[in-house]
Amino acid sequence: MFDGFRNFFDKLFMNLFKGKKKIKLGLYGPPNGGKTTLANKICQDWLGEDMGSVSPIAHETREIQIKEQITIKSKGKELSFNLVDTPGIATKIDYEDFLKFMDEKTAKTRAKEATKGVIDSIKWLDDMDTVIVVLDATKDPYSQVNLTIIGNLQARNIPVVIAANKVDLKKANIKRIEAAFPQYKVIGMSAKFGTNMDGFYETLISMA
Amino acid sequence: MLTLQFIPYSEISNLDSEHRLKKLLDLAKEDKIILLEGRLKEDEETQLIKKTMESINEKFTGIELGVIYPEGKDHSLYNKLRMLLVRVIMGSRGGFTIIGPANIIKEIKKDPDKIQLFTKEQKKRK
Repeated sequence: MFDGFRNFFDKLFMNLFKGKKKIKLGLYGPPNGGKTTLANKICQDWLGEDMGSVSPIAHETREIQIKEQITIKSKGKELSFNLVDTPGIATKIDYEDFLKFMDEKTAKTRAKEATKGVIDSIKWLDDMDTVIVVLDATKDPYSQVNLTIIGNLQARNIPVVIAANKVDLKKANIKRIEAAFPQYKVIGMSAKFGTNMDGFYETLISMA
Repeated sequence: MLTLQFIPYSEISNLDSEHRLKKLLDLAKEDKIILLEGRLKEDEETQLIKKTMESINEKFTGIELGVIYPEGKDHSLYNKLRMLLVRVIMGSRGGFTIIGPANIIKEIKKDPDKIQLFTKEQKKRK
């Protein structure tokens, strides 16, 4: 048991970013939380280019996407990592939910690709060094998908930061997310409008 | 008609992870809502989502999943880590897990102390 504690703290405090050449920073969360919007914002800020397409239709990201060697800077410090944007994790996918946006054939293809995307996201969990769990701050944080993802990361000793996204929306409630996950740093932000990105970068670097 | 099937923890405690998940998923595919005593191991919950995705087709659209468990009043770091390690290794008899087919359960709403299950009218698939 002692070894388990030691490994956890070693990984958390020692190996988080230091001394590793290719840190994998994963963006995880349920569909439509804003993972790709955040990935795009990070890539725009530091590389001047987008990472993936975004859409109000769920499961727009259906494949793992990686952007290598991003270096962020804040208050004289810097941090380099490979950014991994993952498809949203869900327990159900029904092609009929897509029918109001597209024809049946396209909807079925999208649903099939989305199920594969969820499987890939789960397979990639073990490869992550640190994970940003991106949650829609207007939604119920106690959904089982959120609890399962975060519980799993905790069990794998993978450090977690929670991005409470979409704080520009009226219904956003960061305190509810903080209450649901008191053991984690929760950063309120709007990836779409760039709100509190400085605080987000500062938090990432301060963990190094 | 809704069918609610209670599964005592003893019924899955001797099964390995693969058979546990298969048993639960097979019941959900039969349109049954499962009330499981206790909860799965951390990794089993994730594997249940993965297995569910592998099973999705035009008729089976997935599951709704909800877990409610007493945290106790000891919120110390030591106790939390101890509980986590016990769960990782053994799973847990504490609390309840609800698993049901997504074509029947619309939503499972939770706050830390209560759980609400909303059903929807069953659609007939072609």
